[in-house]
Amino acid sequence: MNTPRHNPLVRATALAVFVFLCAQMAFAHPQKGEAVGFLTGFRHPISGLDHVLAMVAVGLWGAQLGAPAIWVLPVAFPLVMAFGGMLGLMGLPLPGTEYGIALSAILLGAAVLFEVRPPLGVAAALVGFFAIFHGHAHGTELPPGQSALLYSMGFVIATGCLHALGIGIGTVHRWAWGQKFLRVAGALVVIGGSFFMWKAVA
Amino acid sequence: MKNSSQSRLPLYAFVVFTFAMCALPAEAHLNTTGMGPFYDGLVHFLMSPEDIVPVLALALLAGLRGASYGRRALFTLPVAWLVGGLAGLSAVTATPHPFIAAAWFLLLGGLLAADAKVSVRATTALAALLGIYHGYLNGVGMGHFDTAAVALLGLVFAVFALIALAAAFVVRLRAHWARIAVRVAGSWIAASGLLMLGWAFRTH
Repeated sequence: MNTPRHNPLVRATALAVFVFLCAQMAFAHPQKGEAVGFLTGFRHPISGLDHVLAMVAVGLWGAQLGAPAIWVLPVAFPLVMAFGGMLGLMGLPLPGTEYGIALSAILLGAAVLFEVRPPLGVAAALVGFFAIFHGHAHGTELPPGQSALLYSMGFVIATGCLHALGIGIGTVHRWAWGQKFLRVAGALVVIGGSFFMWKAVA
Repeated sequence: MKNSSQSRLPLYAFVVFTFAMCALPAEAHLNTTGMGPFYDGLVHFLMSPEDIVPVLALALLAGLRGASYGRRALFTLPVAWLVGGLAGLSAVTATPHPFIAAAWFLLLGGLLAADAKVSVRATTALAALLGIYHGYLNGVGMGHFDTAAVALLGLVFAVFALIALAAAFVVRLRAHWARIAVRVAGSWIAASGLLMLGWAFRTH
Protein backbone atom coordinates (compact mmCIF):
# COMPACT_ATOMS: atom_id res chain seq x y z
CA MET A 1 0.00 0.00 0.00
CA ASN A 2 1.39 3.39 -0.98
CA THR A 3 0.73 5.34 2.22
CA PRO A 4 2.27 8.81 2.64
CA ARG A 5 4.87 7.25 4.95
CA HIS A 6 6.02 4.83 2.26
CA ASN A 7 5.73 7.22 -0.66
CA PRO A 8 9.23 7.83 -2.08
CA LEU A 9 8.32 11.44 -2.85
CA VAL A 10 7.36 12.06 0.77
CA ARG A 11 10.56 10.46 2.03
CA ALA A 12 12.67 12.40 -0.45
CA THR A 13 10.97 15.64 0.55
CA ALA A 14 11.49 14.94 4.25
CA LEU A 15 15.15 14.15 3.65
CA ALA A 16 15.60 17.24 1.50
CA VAL A 17 14.02 19.47 4.15
CA PHE A 18 16.28 17.96 6.80
CA VAL A 19 19.43 18.51 4.75
CA PHE A 20 18.27 22.01 3.81
CA LEU A 21 17.79 22.96 7.45
CA CYS A 22 21.30 21.73 8.24
CA ALA A 23 22.82 23.88 5.47
CA GLN A 24 25.68 26.24 6.05
CA MET A 25 25.34 29.91 5.30
CA ALA A 26 25.57 30.72 1.57
CA PHE A 27 26.84 34.11 0.48
CA ALA A 28 25.50 34.19 -3.04
CA HIS A 29 25.12 37.97 -3.19
CA PRO A 30 27.88 39.26 -0.96
CA GLN A 31 27.39 42.83 -2.15
CA LYS A 32 23.89 43.11 -0.71
CA GLY A 33 24.12 40.83 2.33
CA GLU A 34 20.89 39.18 1.23
CA ALA A 35 21.81 35.75 2.59
CA VAL A 36 22.29 37.37 5.98
CA GLY A 37 18.83 38.95 5.61
CA PHE A 38 17.23 35.57 5.03
CA LEU A 39 18.98 34.00 7.99
CA THR A 40 18.13 36.93 10.24
CA GLY A 41 14.49 36.60 9.24
CA PHE A 42 14.57 32.84 9.67
CA ARG A 43 16.08 33.08 13.14
CA HIS A 44 13.66 35.73 14.37
CA PRO A 45 10.57 33.56 15.07
CA ILE A 46 12.62 30.73 16.57
CA SER A 47 14.67 33.00 18.80
CA GLY A 48 11.91 33.54 21.37
CA LEU A 49 10.49 30.59 23.29
CA ASP A 50 7.16 32.36 23.80
CA HIS A 51 6.67 32.53 20.03
CA VAL A 52 7.87 28.97 19.52
CA LEU A 53 5.46 27.56 22.11
CA ALA A 54 2.43 29.21 20.51
CA MET A 55 3.37 28.29 16.95
CA VAL A 56 4.07 24.66 17.77
CA ALA A 57 0.80 24.57 19.72
CA VAL A 58 -1.05 25.73 16.58
CA GLY A 59 0.35 22.72 14.73
CA LEU A 60 -0.47 20.35 17.59
CA TRP A 61 -4.03 21.62 17.79
CA GLY A 62 -4.47 21.38 14.03
CA ALA A 63 -3.26 17.77 14.11
CA GLN A 64 -5.70 16.99 16.92
CA LEU A 65 -8.62 18.55 15.06
CA GLY A 66 -7.77 16.79 11.80
CA ALA A 67 -8.77 17.92 8.30
CA PRO A 68 -9.45 20.62 7.28
CA ALA A 69 -8.17 22.40 10.43
CA ILE A 70 -4.79 20.68 10.11
CA TRP A 71 -4.00 22.92 7.14
CA VAL A 72 -6.41 25.84 7.65
CA LEU A 73 -4.83 26.86 10.95
CA PRO A 74 -1.21 26.83 9.70
CA VAL A 75 -2.32 28.79 6.61
CA ALA A 76 -4.29 31.33 8.65
CA PHE A 77 -1.58 31.94 11.25
CA PRO A 78 1.29 33.12 8.95
CA LEU A 79 -1.08 35.28 6.91
CA VAL A 80 -2.59 37.06 9.90
CA MET A 81 0.79 37.19 11.63
CA ALA A 82 2.24 38.90 8.57
CA PHE A 83 -0.66 41.36 8.73
CA GLY A 84 0.28 42.08 12.36
CA GLY A 85 3.90 42.42 11.28
CA MET A 86 2.85 44.92 8.63
CA LEU A 87 1.02 46.98 11.29
CA GLY A 88 4.15 46.89 13.45
CA LEU A 89 6.35 47.95 10.55
CA MET A 90 3.99 50.84 9.79
CA GLY A 91 4.35 51.98 13.38
CA LEU A 92 0.73 51.40 14.41
CA PRO A 93 0.65 50.65 18.14
CA LEU A 94 -0.96 47.53 19.57
CA PRO A 95 -1.41 47.59 23.34
CA GLY A 96 -0.66 44.56 25.50
CA THR A 97 1.46 42.73 22.96
CA GLU A 98 3.44 40.74 25.53
CA TYR A 99 0.25 39.77 27.37
CA GLY A 100 -1.34 38.68 24.12
CA ILE A 101 1.63 36.49 23.22
CA ALA A 102 1.71 34.83 26.65
CA LEU A 103 -2.08 34.39 26.64
CA SER A 104 -1.89 32.77 23.21
CA ALA A 105 0.43 30.07 24.55
CA ILE A 106 -1.83 29.51 27.56
CA LEU A 107 -5.06 29.24 25.56
CA LEU A 108 -3.64 27.26 22.64
CA GLY A 109 -1.89 24.92 25.08
CA ALA A 110 -5.17 24.53 26.98
CA ALA A 111 -6.97 23.75 23.73
CA VAL A 112 -4.47 20.94 23.11
CA LEU A 113 -4.59 19.79 26.73
CA PHE A 114 -8.38 19.45 26.79
CA GLU A 115 -8.73 18.53 23.08
CA VAL A 116 -11.18 21.38 22.57
CA ARG A 117 -13.07 20.95 19.28
CA PRO A 118 -14.76 24.22 18.35
CA PRO A 119 -16.17 24.92 14.85
CA LEU A 120 -13.45 25.56 12.28
CA GLY A 121 -14.32 29.26 12.03
CA VAL A 122 -13.94 29.75 15.77
CA ALA A 123 -10.60 27.91 15.84
CA ALA A 124 -9.29 29.93 12.89
CA ALA A 125 -10.50 33.20 14.46
CA LEU A 126 -8.81 32.37 17.77
CA VAL A 127 -5.53 31.47 16.06
CA GLY A 128 -5.76 34.53 13.81
CA PHE A 129 -6.47 36.88 16.70
CA PHE A 130 -3.35 35.83 18.58
CA ALA A 131 -1.26 35.76 15.39
CA ILE A 132 -1.66 39.55 15.19
CA PHE A 133 0.16 39.95 18.53
CA HIS A 134 3.02 37.69 17.45
CA GLY A 135 3.34 39.45 14.09
CA HIS A 136 3.20 42.92 15.62
CA ALA A 137 5.96 42.06 18.09
CA HIS A 138 8.15 40.81 15.24
CA GLY A 139 7.30 43.78 13.03
CA THR A 140 8.37 46.36 15.59
CA GLU A 141 11.65 44.50 16.25
CA LEU A 142 12.83 44.17 12.65
CA PRO A 143 16.42 45.32 12.28
CA PRO A 144 17.23 47.99 9.68
CA GLY A 145 19.51 47.42 6.71
CA GLN A 146 18.26 43.97 5.73
CA SER A 147 16.81 42.80 2.43
CA ALA A 148 13.06 43.21 2.97
CA LEU A 149 12.19 40.40 0.61
CA LEU A 150 14.56 37.79 1.96
CA TYR A 151 14.01 38.79 5.56
CA SER A 152 10.25 38.42 5.06
CA MET A 153 10.62 35.06 3.35
CA GLY A 154 12.93 33.70 6.04
CA PHE A 155 10.56 34.96 8.70
CA VAL A 156 7.49 33.32 7.15
CA ILE A 157 9.26 30.06 6.29
CA ALA A 158 10.54 29.70 9.85
CA THR A 159 7.01 30.23 11.16
CA GLY A 160 5.70 27.61 8.74
CA CYS A 161 8.42 25.19 9.83
CA LEU A 162 7.38 25.60 13.46
CA HIS A 163 3.78 24.79 12.51
CA ALA A 164 5.03 21.80 10.51
CA LEU A 165 6.98 20.67 13.57
CA GLY A 166 3.79 20.85 15.63
CA ILE A 167 1.83 18.96 12.98
CA GLY A 168 4.60 16.37 12.74
CA ILE A 169 4.53 15.79 16.49
CA GLY A 170 0.73 15.84 16.35
CA THR A 171 0.60 12.86 13.98
CA VAL A 172 1.03 10.62 17.02
CA HIS A 173 -2.61 11.47 17.77
CA ARG A 174 -3.70 8.32 15.87
CA TRP A 175 -2.46 6.14 18.74
CA ALA A 176 -3.90 6.06 22.25
CA TRP A 177 -0.52 6.77 23.85
CA GLY A 178 -0.04 9.57 21.35
CA GLN A 179 -3.25 11.26 22.44
CA LYS A 180 -2.01 11.26 26.02
CA PHE A 181 1.39 12.49 24.88
CA LEU A 182 -0.21 15.43 23.06
CA ARG A 183 -2.22 16.38 26.12
CA VAL A 184 0.98 16.38 28.18
CA ALA A 185 2.59 18.55 25.50
CA GLY A 186 -0.40 20.92 25.74
CA ALA A 187 0.06 21.09 29.50
CA LEU A 188 3.74 21.99 29.02
CA VAL A 189 2.75 24.77 26.64
CA VAL A 190 0.28 26.09 29.25
CA ILE A 191 3.02 26.08 31.87
CA GLY A 192 5.40 27.87 29.53
CA GLY A 193 2.75 30.45 28.62
CA SER A 194 1.98 31.02 32.29
CA PHE A 195 5.66 31.65 32.96
CA PHE A 196 5.80 34.27 30.22
CA MET A 197 2.59 35.86 31.47
CA TRP A 198 4.13 36.05 34.95
CA LYS A 199 7.21 37.68 33.46
CA ALA A 200 5.07 40.16 31.50
CA VAL A 201 3.06 41.13 34.58
CA ALA A 202 6.05 41.29 36.95
CA MET B 1 4.56 -3.22 -9.36
CA LYS B 2 6.72 -0.34 -8.24
CA ASN B 3 8.63 1.48 -10.95
CA SER B 4 12.40 1.13 -10.37
CA SER B 5 13.08 4.76 -11.35
CA GLN B 6 10.42 5.89 -8.86
CA SER B 7 11.98 3.85 -6.04
CA ARG B 8 15.33 5.55 -6.67
CA LEU B 9 13.82 9.01 -6.36
CA PRO B 10 14.86 9.47 -2.69
CA LEU B 11 18.45 8.55 -3.58
CA TYR B 12 18.53 11.00 -6.48
CA ALA B 13 16.99 13.73 -4.33
CA PHE B 14 19.55 13.08 -1.60
CA VAL B 15 22.49 13.28 -4.02
CA VAL B 16 21.20 16.47 -5.63
CA PHE B 17 20.61 18.22 -2.32
CA THR B 18 23.95 17.07 -0.91
CA PHE B 19 25.73 18.67 -3.86
CA ALA B 20 23.52 21.75 -3.59
CA MET B 21 24.39 22.20 0.07
CA CYS B 22 28.11 21.84 -0.65
CA ALA B 23 28.02 24.55 -3.31
CA LEU B 24 30.68 27.22 -3.47
CA PRO B 25 29.75 30.92 -3.25
CA ALA B 26 27.97 32.00 -6.43
CA GLU B 27 28.96 35.11 -8.33
CA ALA B 28 25.60 35.77 -9.86
CA HIS B 29 25.77 39.29 -11.18
CA LEU B 30 26.11 40.04 -14.83
CA ASN B 31 29.57 39.66 -16.37
CA THR B 32 30.81 37.52 -13.49
CA THR B 33 30.17 33.94 -14.58
CA GLY B 34 32.85 33.97 -17.25
CA MET B 35 30.67 31.81 -19.44
CA GLY B 36 29.25 34.48 -21.67
CA PRO B 37 26.25 36.80 -21.59
CA PHE B 38 23.65 34.06 -22.13
CA TYR B 39 24.63 32.30 -18.91
CA ASP B 40 25.11 35.63 -17.14
CA GLY B 41 21.46 36.42 -17.82
CA LEU B 42 20.33 32.93 -16.89
CA VAL B 43 22.19 32.91 -13.59
CA HIS B 44 21.11 36.47 -12.83
CA PHE B 45 17.48 35.34 -12.88
CA LEU B 46 18.19 32.27 -10.79
CA MET B 47 19.86 34.44 -8.13
CA SER B 48 17.11 37.09 -8.04
CA PRO B 49 14.40 36.06 -5.59
CA GLU B 50 12.33 39.13 -6.44
CA ASP B 51 11.97 37.66 -9.93
CA ILE B 52 11.85 33.98 -9.09
CA VAL B 53 9.13 34.02 -6.43
CA PRO B 54 6.37 35.66 -8.53
CA VAL B 55 7.21 33.37 -11.47
CA LEU B 56 7.10 30.37 -9.17
CA ALA B 57 3.77 31.50 -7.71
CA LEU B 58 2.28 31.91 -11.19
CA ALA B 59 3.60 28.50 -12.24
CA LEU B 60 2.13 26.83 -9.16
CA LEU B 61 -1.20 28.61 -9.68
CA ALA B 62 -1.36 27.57 -13.33
CA GLY B 63 -0.30 24.02 -12.48
CA LEU B 64 -2.93 23.78 -9.76
CA ARG B 65 -5.66 24.82 -12.21
CA GLY B 66 -4.65 22.30 -14.87
CA ALA B 67 -2.48 21.50 -17.87
CA SER B 68 -4.18 23.97 -20.24
CA TYR B 69 -3.49 26.80 -17.80
CA GLY B 70 0.11 25.66 -17.46
CA ARG B 71 0.60 25.59 -21.23
CA ARG B 72 -0.85 29.10 -21.60
CA ALA B 73 1.37 30.52 -18.86
CA LEU B 74 4.38 28.63 -20.21
CA PHE B 75 4.25 30.41 -23.56
CA THR B 76 2.83 33.77 -22.46
CA LEU B 77 5.19 34.63 -19.61
CA PRO B 78 8.56 34.19 -21.39
CA VAL B 79 7.32 36.03 -24.50
CA ALA B 80 5.99 38.91 -22.38
CA TRP B 81 9.27 38.93 -20.40
CA LEU B 82 11.23 39.19 -23.65
CA VAL B 83 9.00 42.00 -24.97
CA GLY B 84 9.29 43.89 -21.68
CA GLY B 85 13.03 43.31 -21.59
CA LEU B 86 13.56 44.60 -25.11
CA ALA B 87 11.51 47.69 -24.25
CA GLY B 88 13.59 48.14 -21.12
CA LEU B 89 16.86 47.94 -23.05
CA SER B 90 15.98 51.14 -24.87
CA ALA B 91 14.62 52.90 -21.79
CA VAL B 92 16.66 55.47 -19.89
CA THR B 93 15.82 54.54 -16.34
CA ALA B 94 13.23 52.87 -14.14
CA THR B 95 13.09 52.20 -10.43
CA PRO B 96 11.40 49.06 -9.13
CA HIS B 97 8.68 50.18 -6.76
CA PRO B 98 8.55 48.16 -3.54
CA PHE B 99 4.76 48.51 -3.33
CA ILE B 100 4.33 46.89 -6.74
CA ALA B 101 6.72 44.05 -5.85
CA ALA B 102 4.74 43.44 -2.65
CA ALA B 103 1.47 43.61 -4.60
CA TRP B 104 2.63 40.84 -6.96
CA PHE B 105 3.52 38.63 -3.99
CA LEU B 106 0.16 39.34 -2.37
CA LEU B 107 -1.90 38.83 -5.52
CA LEU B 108 -0.29 35.65 -6.81
CA GLY B 109 0.27 34.15 -3.35
CA GLY B 110 -3.29 34.97 -2.33
CA LEU B 111 -4.79 33.42 -5.47
CA LEU B 112 -2.67 30.33 -4.95
CA ALA B 113 -3.52 29.99 -1.25
CA ALA B 114 -7.24 30.37 -2.00
CA ASP B 115 -7.00 27.94 -4.95
CA ALA B 116 -8.92 30.64 -6.81
CA LYS B 117 -10.89 29.50 -9.85
CA VAL B 118 -9.28 32.00 -12.20
CA SER B 119 -10.08 31.68 -15.90
CA VAL B 120 -7.52 30.85 -18.59
CA ARG B 121 -7.84 34.42 -19.87
CA ALA B 122 -7.15 35.86 -16.43
CA THR B 123 -4.12 33.58 -16.03
CA THR B 124 -2.86 34.67 -19.42
CA ALA B 125 -3.35 38.33 -18.53
CA LEU B 126 -1.51 37.86 -15.23
CA ALA B 127 1.36 36.13 -17.02
CA ALA B 128 1.57 38.90 -19.61
CA LEU B 129 1.52 41.70 -17.03
CA LEU B 130 4.06 39.97 -14.80
CA GLY B 131 6.36 39.27 -17.73
CA ILE B 132 6.22 42.78 -19.15
CA TYR B 133 6.76 44.44 -15.76
CA HIS B 134 9.67 42.28 -14.60
CA GLY B 135 11.16 42.02 -18.08
CA TYR B 136 11.14 45.78 -18.40
CA LEU B 137 12.94 46.19 -15.07
CA ASN B 138 15.50 43.54 -16.06
CA GLY B 139 16.00 45.22 -19.43
CA VAL B 140 16.62 48.61 -17.86
CA GLY B 141 19.10 47.07 -15.44
CA MET B 142 21.22 45.53 -18.18
CA GLY B 143 20.77 48.25 -20.79
CA HIS B 144 24.34 49.49 -20.67
CA PHE B 145 25.84 46.14 -21.61
CA ASP B 146 26.74 45.56 -25.24
CA THR B 147 25.60 41.98 -25.06
CA ALA B 148 22.44 42.75 -23.11
CA ALA B 149 20.10 41.22 -25.67
CA VAL B 150 21.89 37.86 -25.39
CA ALA B 151 21.81 38.07 -21.61
CA LEU B 152 18.09 38.79 -21.86
CA LEU B 153 17.64 35.62 -23.91
CA GLY B 154 19.38 33.61 -21.21
CA LEU B 155 17.14 35.20 -18.61
CA VAL B 156 14.01 34.39 -20.63
CA PHE B 157 15.22 30.81 -21.05
CA ALA B 158 15.52 30.52 -17.26
CA VAL B 159 11.96 31.86 -16.89
CA PHE B 160 10.73 29.29 -19.41
CA ALA B 161 12.55 26.44 -17.66
CA LEU B 162 11.31 27.40 -14.20
CA ILE B 163 7.67 27.79 -15.18
CA ALA B 164 7.76 24.57 -17.22
CA LEU B 165 9.25 22.52 -14.38
CA ALA B 166 7.14 24.00 -11.59
CA ALA B 167 3.82 23.92 -13.45
CA ALA B 168 4.42 20.38 -14.73
CA PHE B 169 5.33 19.23 -11.22
CA VAL B 170 2.07 20.57 -9.80
CA VAL B 171 -0.11 19.36 -12.69
CA ARG B 172 0.86 15.76 -11.98
CA LEU B 173 0.10 16.03 -8.25
CA ARG B 174 -2.96 13.99 -7.39
CA ALA B 175 -2.66 13.46 -3.63
CA HIS B 176 -4.86 15.84 -1.65
CA TRP B 177 -2.12 16.64 0.86
CA ALA B 178 0.31 17.53 -1.95
CA ARG B 179 -2.10 20.06 -3.44
CA ILE B 180 -2.65 21.49 0.05
CA ALA B 181 1.13 21.86 0.41
CA VAL B 182 1.17 23.92 -2.79
CA ARG B 183 -1.55 26.17 -1.35
CA VAL B 184 0.41 26.53 1.88
CA ALA B 185 3.36 27.72 -0.22
CA GLY B 186 0.99 30.32 -1.67
CA SER B 187 0.03 31.51 1.80
CA TRP B 188 3.71 31.91 2.64
CA ILE B 189 4.27 33.98 -0.50
CA ALA B 190 1.26 36.17 0.31
CA ALA B 191 2.45 36.55 3.91
CA SER B 192 5.88 37.63 2.64
CA GLY B 193 4.09 40.17 0.45
CA LEU B 194 2.27 41.61 3.46
CA LEU B 195 5.54 42.03 5.34
CA MET B 196 7.17 43.60 2.28
CA LEU B 197 4.25 46.02 2.10
CA GLY B 198 4.80 47.03 5.72
CA TRP B 199 8.51 47.39 5.04
CA ALA B 200 7.76 49.61 2.03
CA PHE B 201 5.51 51.83 4.18
CA ARG B 202 8.24 52.10 6.77
CA THR B 203 10.95 53.13 4.32
CA HIS B 204 8.78 55.49 2.22
